[in-house]
Amino acid sequence: MKVKKETAAPRRSRRTELLENRPVNLDGFVEEWPEVGMVAMDSPFDPSPSVRVHDGVIVEMDGKAREDFDFLDRFIADHAIDPAAAERAMALDSAEIAHMLVDPKVSRADVLAVSRGLTPAKLLDVVKTMNAVEMMMALQKMRARRTPANQAHSTSARDNPVQVAADAAEAGLRGFRELETTLGVVRYAPLVAIALQVGAQTGRPGVLTQCALEEATELELGMRGITAYAETISVYGTEQVFCDGDDTPWSKAFLASAYASRGIKMRFTSGTGSEVQMGNAEGKSMLYLEVRCILVAKGAGVQGLQNGSISCIGVPGAVPAGIRAVLAENLIASTVDLECASGNDQSFSHSDMRRTARLLPQLLPGTDFICSGYSAVPNYDNMFAGSNLDPEDFDDWNTIQRDLQVDGALRHVPETEILAARNRAARALQGVFAHLGLSPITDKEIEAVTYAHGSKDLPPRDVLEDLKAAQSVMDRGVTGLDIVKGLEAGGFPDIAEALLGVLRQRVSGDLLHTSAILTPELTTLSAVNDPNDYAGPGSGYRPSGERWEEMKRLRHVVSARNPDAQADAAARELLLNEKGAARPGRRSGEVVIGVSPAFGDVFTTTIVGVPLADVLRELLAGVEEQGVHARVVRVRSSSDLAVIAHTAARLSGSGIGVGVLSRGTTMIHQRDLLRLSNLELFPQAPLMDLDTYRRIGRNAARYATGDSPEPVPSRNDHMARPSWQAKAALLHIKETESVRPGAEPVELDVLIRMRHTG
Amino acid sequence: MNPLDPRRDYPLASQRPELLRTPTGKRLDEITMEAVLAGEVTADDLRITAETLRLQAQIAESAGRPQLGQNFRRAAEMTGLPDEKVLSIYNALRPRASTRRQLLDIADELERDHSATLCARLVREAAEVYERRGVLAP
Repeated sequence: MKVKKETAAPRRSRRTELLENRPVNLDGFVEEWPEVGMVAMDSPFDPSPSVRVHDGVIVEMDGKAREDFDFLDRFIADHAIDPAAAERAMALDSAEIAHMLVDPKVSRADVLAVSRGLTPAKLLDVVKTMNAVEMMMALQKMRARRTPANQAHSTSARDNPVQVAADAAEAGLRGFRELETTLGVVRYAPLVAIALQVGAQTGRPGVLTQCALEEATELELGMRGITAYAETISVYGTEQVFCDGDDTPWSKAFLASAYASRGIKMRFTSGTGSEVQMGNAEGKSMLYLEVRCILVAKGAGVQGLQNGSISCIGVPGAVPAGIRAVLAENLIASTVDLECASGNDQSFSHSDMRRTARLLPQLLPGTDFICSGYSAVPNYDNMFAGSNLDPEDFDDWNTIQRDLQVDGALRHVPETEILAARNRAARALQGVFAHLGLSPITDKEIEAVTYAHGSKDLPPRDVLEDLKAAQSVMDRGVTGLDIVKGLEAGGFPDIAEALLGVLRQRVSGDLLHTSAILTPELTTLSAVNDPNDYAGPGSGYRPSGERWEEMKRLRHVVSARNPDAQADAAARELLLNEKGAARPGRRSGEVVIGVSPAFGDVFTTTIVGVPLADVLRELLAGVEEQGVHARVVRVRSSSDLAVIAHTAARLSGSGIGVGVLSRGTTMIHQRDLLRLSNLELFPQAPLMDLDTYRRIGRNAARYATGDSPEPVPSRNDHMARPSWQAKAALLHIKETESVRPGAEPVELDVLIRMRHTG
Repeated sequence: MNPLDPRRDYPLASQRPELLRTPTGKRLDEITMEAVLAGEVTADDLRITAETLRLQAQIAESAGRPQLGQNFRRAAEMTGLPDEKVLSIYNALRPRASTRRQLLDIADELERDHSATLCARLVREAAEVYERRGVLAP
């Protein structure tokens, strides 16, 4: 017997093809491989929790004797863990500690009394008992600052300082309290850092700025008062990778104190996946290594940590439970009482749905900084290699805040205010550059940046001149005070005052405390004077009052009192005069059009702004072009479309009637049918255009002459509901207000004319 | 002057401004725009003093943050170090950047010339751990 050869490719399902083309399938996914650390939070090679304290010194930790400690173990044992609390805390069952984290009746302080004694393996063991929702519950309580905040990136693919200033101003206006920049060409740093500072203070006073650079250079810009805080102080979870990063826990601890000694706020940075990415995870899970980073930060005495995988998000994102691990690292940072700037700051997925799902575990419970870098510039301009969110997502973010009444720390700002701030920031920077004798900024650039979305919309700058200017900023020792003077000289005294206010903070050191931000009134808000007091339902931070009112505003919100606000758009005028009670018609060749109580009266357009004059004109024309007579009546006793259409049909000599609501919903009805039946129904008013009304009139006329026309194709849009359902409800309420119960239908005299416009 | 009440006096800038001085002895309310434009306020004024950092350390400790307090106390010692010195010690603490002797000399100098005993302790500890873990300069 011959075996049939398979030649053609197997036939594919249409659905599989469709799924293959979904954006999520462009993301990278890999299987776990614990031997190299390619595992989120559960490696068989992770150590088991243990601790032994002798004479106030930790002599054994997580199964390792003190003499075998690597330098991270040693630093954590001697600086991060409280030996007085360790043995008692470690004796608690991990699930019991997890219960304490989740249970709102256990206070944050009670949890801290335990967490100060926990080793890395124990902290890992605790979060391994928790699912994502439990972690969110815990994060809601353990976040250090009561009021959540947010941080943005403002960078430029061309390192254009004018763009950075304008986008910083817009970001400040939108609500970000920290702004971060970095460079394509590092030599541009001084100019871009100045631009960021000027823009930030233009947007809203008290926004803190930083410029991510190599550690020593970053410190220098900070010491000069050009930047206000520092963040990219990276720590790693294995000795080898720490050394590859050219640091040790001791050099980082020294650096932490160096910043504090100049009154500059600072946090460390770490994240799951960095060790496996750098090829030296020692077979440990990503989260175990990250817990070590968190405790190094704790031990160094730095107030906070940026974590949540950060630039390595593609690694945990590729393995099972990776995003749960990312949430866990934010939770652990908060659980050891560190400020947490919680990631969501790197391009994560091709899928919008997945981007959002990755964001919600930080947005819903709230963190100290929900994004440690929301891209305030289009992602093509983002020199941190792109963020999980960019300006195209602003309206989505604001809508999600409003939907869930969850404070993501942003707000909708009207375009006029944004344009004014962008323009002013660019002009202020022009003044500062002129004052300092730096490369000039032209009026043409200012005009362009006011309206620009990204660097592609801007005229190119003279890069060589800019780099010369940048060098001179360094050589001449320009400081924050010189920027203040430049702003004052340029005629921007309020921006100068705001920057001086930020610089003045260095003297008091109030910003050095855990989770500190400055309010626009330049008062410090930190875990000391704004401690998280969440204790279950009805407690803790909840957006209310002015802030909630601000969150309610979006780009397009239908006014409840005046849902038909765009009525003026109508060019044709509709005049409907009541002629008295409507009587049953005797002509067999007629169609009666019944309009709703408020049609052409309270309302002049449909839900999507189609003028009702045109709607009626097309309906009438459709009927009349078939040689059929049309009458128009107003049904006053009901706003129910079936009642209106059926009433019209019963008045019609042919028995055919058309009912139409003010918002545009339409129905063809017949006298002999039950009221809740119909000949044709067009329920989706937003999809109704004038051609459809013409065809409805035509079909009604053909029914009236005894024809059986093909129904007008009814359109369907599964997104009409999210767009229009709420407005339709408001319009229906308004329509119903015009109902006069028991009032008889009236005959209408219809006059449609062009509106007088002068 | 009333002593600091670490539980009530934060933020110092608004609650206890009278406790604050710039390194040149100015009060916070003397850092005005007029003074900046007149050249009376310089970059040296916009720094924190050792005394202020120790006040902030008390606040951190009373808020249950001993490590943060310790960091502020080390920072207090560093206020007397010039920027270049701070940067050079930081660079010396990087892995394989210094010999044991070099680190111990830095520690001695910190203690002797700057009364920076906490910083010196940190550097000595680094020297010991670096030696044990093989991250000293060859």
